[in-house]
Amino acid sequence: MLELVLVSTLNGVLYGMLLFLMASGLTLIFSMMGVLNFAHASFYMLGAFFGFQISKYAGFWTGLILAPPLAGVIGALVERYGLRNVHKHGHVAELLFTFGLAFVMEEVVQIIWGKLPLDYRIPAALDFSGFTIFSTNYPAYKMFMLLTAIGIFIVLLLILTRTRVGLIIQASLTHPHMVGALGHNVPRIFMMVFGFGCALAAVAGVIAGPALVTQSNMAALLGPILFVVVVIGGLGSLSGAFVASLLIGLLQTFAIAVNLSIADVFGYFGVHTNPVPFLSDIWRVTVAQVGPILPYLLLVLVLIFRPTGLMGTRDT
Amino acid sequence: MSETVQTASLPRSSSSVMGFVRSYGIWVAAFALIFILPRIFTSGFALTAMSLMGITIIFSLSYNMLLGQAGMLSFGHAVYYGLGGFLAVHAMNAIASKGIAVPLPVIPLIGGITGLIFGIIFGSVSTRRGGTAFAMISLGLAELVASCALILRSFFGGEEGITTNRTKLLRLFDLNFGPQYQVYYLIAFWCLICVIAMYALTRTPFGRMCNAVRENFERSEFVGYNPQLIRFIAFCLAGFFAGIAGSLAAINFEIVNSSYVGAVQSGQVLLAAFIGGVGSFIGPVLGAVLVTYLQLTLSDITEVWQLYFGLLFVGMVMFAPFGMAGILMLHAPLLRAGTLWRLLPYYVIAFVPTLIMLTGFCLLIELTVHVMVKASDGPMMSFLRVTFDSHSFAPWAVSAALIATGYGLLRLIWPRVESAWNDAMSLARQRGGVA
Amino acid sequence: MNSAAVQLDGITKNFGRTEIIRGVDLVIKPGERHAMIGPNGAGKSTLFNLISGRLMPTAGTIRLRGEDITGLRPYEVNRRGLSRSFQVTNIFPRLSVWENVRCAVLWSMGYKYSFWHNIDRLTDVRERTEQILRQINLLDRLHLPAGVLTYAEQRALEIGITVGGGAEIILLDEPTAGMSHAEAEHAVALIKKLSEGRTLLVIEHDMGVVFDLADRISVLVYGKIIASDEPAKIKANRAVQEAYLGTAA
Repeated sequence: MLELVLVSTLNGVLYGMLLFLMASGLTLIFSMMGVLNFAHASFYMLGAFFGFQISKYAGFWTGLILAPPLAGVIGALVERYGLRNVHKHGHVAELLFTFGLAFVMEEVVQIIWGKLPLDYRIPAALDFSGFTIFSTNYPAYKMFMLLTAIGIFIVLLLILTRTRVGLIIQASLTHPHMVGALGHNVPRIFMMVFGFGCALAAVAGVIAGPALVTQSNMAALLGPILFVVVVIGGLGSLSGAFVASLLIGLLQTFAIAVNLSIADVFGYFGVHTNPVPFLSDIWRVTVAQVGPILPYLLLVLVLIFRPTGLMGTRDT
Repeated sequence: MSETVQTASLPRSSSSVMGFVRSYGIWVAAFALIFILPRIFTSGFALTAMSLMGITIIFSLSYNMLLGQAGMLSFGHAVYYGLGGFLAVHAMNAIASKGIAVPLPVIPLIGGITGLIFGIIFGSVSTRRGGTAFAMISLGLAELVASCALILRSFFGGEEGITTNRTKLLRLFDLNFGPQYQVYYLIAFWCLICVIAMYALTRTPFGRMCNAVRENFERSEFVGYNPQLIRFIAFCLAGFFAGIAGSLAAINFEIVNSSYVGAVQSGQVLLAAFIGGVGSFIGPVLGAVLVTYLQLTLSDITEVWQLYFGLLFVGMVMFAPFGMAGILMLHAPLLRAGTLWRLLPYYVIAFVPTLIMLTGFCLLIELTVHVMVKASDGPMMSFLRVTFDSHSFAPWAVSAALIATGYGLLRLIWPRVESAWNDAMSLARQRGGVA
Repeated sequence: MNSAAVQLDGITKNFGRTEIIRGVDLVIKPGERHAMIGPNGAGKSTLFNLISGRLMPTAGTIRLRGEDITGLRPYEVNRRGLSRSFQVTNIFPRLSVWENVRCAVLWSMGYKYSFWHNIDRLTDVRERTEQILRQINLLDRLHLPAGVLTYAEQRALEIGITVGGGAEIILLDEPTAGMSHAEAEHAVALIKKLSEGRTLLVIEHDMGVVFDLADRISVLVYGKIIASDEPAKIKANRAVQEAYLGTAA
């Protein structure tokens, strides 16, 4: 039992960290430019696919180093030649642009790499059991993922708070016009932040690809959860995104580990009934099966009790 | 946005014949059109296509009640469409098995009420936020319902879905709705009723305030209205009409499955409404017709028709965000002032390099697809009835050349087109054609 | 106390730890034309936001004709007979001028959320909209989208939307801001006409307008009212002169 809790906690934190790796880039882009990048999960997917392709010829580590910047450059180009032109039509048009972009990216990836999962392998150097909790072997690769994510955050935090670039970015988050008036090239900053945010998502893709499935529907599966995370955390709030990512990561992981259904619970208390046919589905469904929809249920709850999100300040 | 302003001094002369024609002529024409169309396009394919268009028209218009009228971008409108379809199918099966005396034409109403009820349930939660948050919430709710579809198997039928038989209901006037043409008429009549209803809604105090809330949420509050309530009511009504569309689809295909409520279906209606133009009432109608037609025909021509759709969508967002109807309306002042004909030659001249460039792009895409996806078919492929070897250098060079030539010529010609446009517009203004 | 049109008691408003309004007591008498003046940043617009329901006071009460409206939503305040204009023009840009005014008129005519009335047949709505447009002199522009009007025309439209609902208490936030002298004169004449028989509260910087228009003037400095009196007495008031008007005003 304790073993289950510990392993689930580790997995949950790991999943949450991956989510935050993406949600942080998304929040940064939203705070600065007011546009929610619907294609953000698509850059996560690009990271995984680029990582896979590069690793086939030059090994996993080269992939880890080269794939994110590649995705970041593509992101910057998208901002420069696409998003910037749509900006004048308003936020709805920007959101629709990124929506169309996500769609197109998925199609292109399907054309190039096909619809089936790819054999993106964990590098041999990390393919061993990291440590043992009770009787479960916890893979070293997952420890690597966790440490990488945490490492990136520390670097991010340092850049934002200790460097000049970080200071300018912080200022542009709330007062882009003023920053522009002070002589900084705000459009260029936007392009860099967008590219950087996409690169962050790509990093998540490169390291998650071997552990989870690398497939062309990655973006479609993870995208909605990602957006739910930022809405629950509060649009535009980094700390909110952090809390929400961890919350959802832990929630989903624990749910999958629990294999009880309502019938089991009631049966434990000696109640056995057979209700109306389609209610019987709910009666017999297990918590594990419900796992995938838990983030959305949480979304509904948060919306009822705290419409602006857990730590939300902005409303667009 | 489609408000045709009535001058205060213009009396509503609904008693005279001219008044009647002006006010209701277009609806009479639409009514007649429904009967005429199957005589003109008689093939089975045409009947199927027109039936689908009718369904999509209702669906797109209901979507535009949210986006175009009230300014709410939803990524999950198919939930109400799909749930309407599911309830319709369950109702039809229950009615048929218990022998209840309910004829088929009434079934869409059940779908509509379903859409309305779920609109109320989900809308009470979703419409607390607006803008981007609302869009993401709609996405989340859509995923919630779609995921539930796999859990609640007896209601949603799992992967196979639920089938029904539309001929088993009460027969009126000897209509069993087996043949497609009868289904067409059923859909067409419901389509007409819904279009009239949704248009009438825009001409009510509520409809006008929807536009106001879209334009300026805050100011609407200060003129006495609760803008959130307006959004909520719009959401519920949009759900109602979406449910009607979904139940008609269920009747047409005699099957519903979880794809009806899915993100893809939501994306399609967004596509149709947007491409048609969200800024006017007729836009989504145009979009529905075009997108349905393309969906039916394009999939036979190319394997990656979805990619083309996506590119079309992105292109429209970037260059024509008001859609086809927007482009047409842009030219309306020129038409009124009689200066449009001056512009047309320039459009024709610009059309040629555009066509060249687009052909080049299509060739490039098809080449890539053939090499990547259909490698097992061998290197030979055909495009526009020309056969060639996709592995040779020539077709790639041709596509690059076409793109470069088309783009270059377009760059040269476009300034001329722009100045011709400006000339035509200023002339139109002088003649008083521009409001 | 007999019913003041608007009464503020001990109103304070803090944003975080910053005190913007620091205890304001104000009485506006029914039918009065009351001007609020003061240096930039004094909190005049914030006070308007508090009265009209856009912001919640940190402490204190607001009464409208004796009824406590503290904390009510803007539309609830509006339905009780108070309407306000905005310093930064807040119209419906892509709707026509006609539509803009009509939207302001609808609620007060009782049609609420009706989706069963054909608005083109509502003669009472049409007549009232026409009347307002004639008063603000925009009848010949009624087809145009509000966004293409000139600045002064938009300010007139702003006022038209504000009074369209027939509210008894009107708050105008710098109605002549950015106008030329001639335009401001027109605006003042319009305001006088529209506010006949109603209670008016105006924020203004143009002293000519203020002394022309106001029955009483309140002076807001750093979130407190330092004087509230007839125009002549305000002119002569030393504290006001020091804080705002300057000597030999």
